[in-house]
Amino acid sequence: MTPRKRRVLPGFGLSLSYTMLILLVLLFIPLVVLVYRATSLGPEKFLQAVWTPQARAAYGLTFGASLAAAAIDTVLGLLIAWVLVRYEFPLKRVFDALVDLPFALPTAVAGLVYSALYVESGWLGRYLVPLGFHGAHSRTAIVLVLTFIGLPFVVRAVQPVLESLDADVEEAAASLGANRWQVLSRVLFPALQPALLTGFALTFARGLGEFGSVVFVSGNMPYYTEIAPVLIVAKLEAFAYAEATAIALVLLICSFGMLAVINTLERRSRRHEA
Amino acid sequence: MSIRIAHVTRRFGAFTALDDVSLFVPSGQLLALLGPSGSGKTTLLRIIAGLETPDAGAVHVADLDVTNVAPREREVGFVFQHYALFRHMTVFENIAFGMRIRKTPSAEVEKRVRELLHLVRLEGLERRYPSQLSGGQRQRVALARALAVRPRLLLLDEPFGALDAKVRQELRQWLRHLHDEMHVTTVFVTHDQEEAFEVADHVVVMRGGRIEQSGSPQDVFDNPATPFVMDFLGQVNVFHGRLEAGQMHLGGIALDYPEYTHTESRNATAYVRPHELALERAPSQGTSLPVRVLHVNPAGAVTRVRVISEPFGVQLNVDLRPDDYSELRVQPGEQLFATPRRVRVFMQDDYVI
Repeated sequence: MTPRKRRVLPGFGLSLSYTMLILLVLLFIPLVVLVYRATSLGPEKFLQAVWTPQARAAYGLTFGASLAAAAIDTVLGLLIAWVLVRYEFPLKRVFDALVDLPFALPTAVAGLVYSALYVESGWLGRYLVPLGFHGAHSRTAIVLVLTFIGLPFVVRAVQPVLESLDADVEEAAASLGANRWQVLSRVLFPALQPALLTGFALTFARGLGEFGSVVFVSGNMPYYTEIAPVLIVAKLEAFAYAEATAIALVLLICSFGMLAVINTLERRSRRHEA
Repeated sequence: MSIRIAHVTRRFGAFTALDDVSLFVPSGQLLALLGPSGSGKTTLLRIIAGLETPDAGAVHVADLDVTNVAPREREVGFVFQHYALFRHMTVFENIAFGMRIRKTPSAEVEKRVRELLHLVRLEGLERRYPSQLSGGQRQRVALARALAVRPRLLLLDEPFGALDAKVRQELRQWLRHLHDEMHVTTVFVTHDQEEAFEVADHVVVMRGGRIEQSGSPQDVFDNPATPFVMDFLGQVNVFHGRLEAGQMHLGGIALDYPEYTHTESRNATAYVRPHELALERAPSQGTSLPVRVLHVNPAGAVTRVRVISEPFGVQLNVDLRPDDYSELRVQPGEQLFATPRRVRVFMQDDYVI
């Protein structure tokens, strides 16, 4: 007699079917349509559509700016998470709640605020632009706004892990002769690495898909500050639907590949977990 | 290395964790700090390790004042209750950590780690991660890690507290054995009096930030200095009575207590351990209490009998040796007589429990 397995969710068949149905409707069908529309161009036209100098510049900018923003957020997010977990200060809970603001704020609002602040006549721009820092209508502006959008991911990924680290691990390292830097680099950082990679991947993915804020701050100059999603919208406005989907497909494949690499790294860094 | 703690005080806000504590641990001793939670034992251990700084007082190791020396320069091995292993490192790298920090040549590290793996009987597990080990194995890794750098002192904070009874028993004996081989001055904290008595050369009982009693396990157990120690070191039966002219009066019975010769009568409390009460079918002259048997539990090395002395309304615990039990064959409901064979008396004016 085979022992009957008990599951928490009733009906394996039912819950699996629901999951599959949801994935099918929400993810798979749109993807198939995307691929279908893009490939309806035929190989030659497809290549022509996706490999123009303008498109290549847009890919480069999208990935470059997202990577830069993710890198900056990883550093800033670690710092913020550290301060929120390790220190007590007045209004800590308010600051903690503020971290989530980029999640809730319509990104277009963020874009408008940033561009208003950093243009030559803006509150910050009037001091920064003469110093050579162009925080609006520039590539810097895109990185800046993507950094804002992605900030909560790293903080929220690192915070719980940092909270779960017991002080006695650091004390053990200290009593074994490690100085502060060695405690940080040999004990704390490796323990945080998987969470940092998760945060990095999420921020990066978020940056790739961001449209609403960038469109307001970047100025959308082809070859210079035009990101791929903006290019897609431009194609749509020109009624070049197939070309737009083709570019979207390239963006999708590249994103998928890069996320796969990051996830592999993350899994490797988690190999010590049972 | 000897440890000398002189007038150490430590406060956490309004709470005084250590109150003017002085203690000397001779080189090579295995000392247990025993006490209930909040007695200050862990704080004292952490002060010796440098993980905590005293508000007043000084710590000397081998006649050197280390009060303001950072933990990493103290050369102590510290073992934590919850192991505190580096979870991203293998067993090998955990043990090697202290040597890697000291930039020990890797051939030497390899040799020393092998040695320690043998010592803690974890050979073959060096490539595992802590999450793949049992609690007992993890604590042995933590011990090996602490010993790897040849510490001057070994400090253990409730090292076996998180382990199950059988593993705890094994590791206790193993720690004793290890200490006999290495002779490194060792202080360990425990709230388990059995553990302290079984492992340590010297037991220090703490209470409310102070040392209540200090001595060999035998001495502390046989001659508890205070009712608190008496009560903390195992089950006791408590009698309230009066002390007068060399006799302790407990209700209808009178026991000799020659230490008190005054004729003035004083309130006193008598403590009798369960194995120091005898159960008999016939009353002894003037020294036995009539009791009724409530419950008998013959499972274990001794038979635990619970009786009630109806005139006083007090319940007593009696431990019978197997021989006595097989002779007496007590049954619940039986009327018997309980005779204290040994009594410790504390005058109530002196001590408050």
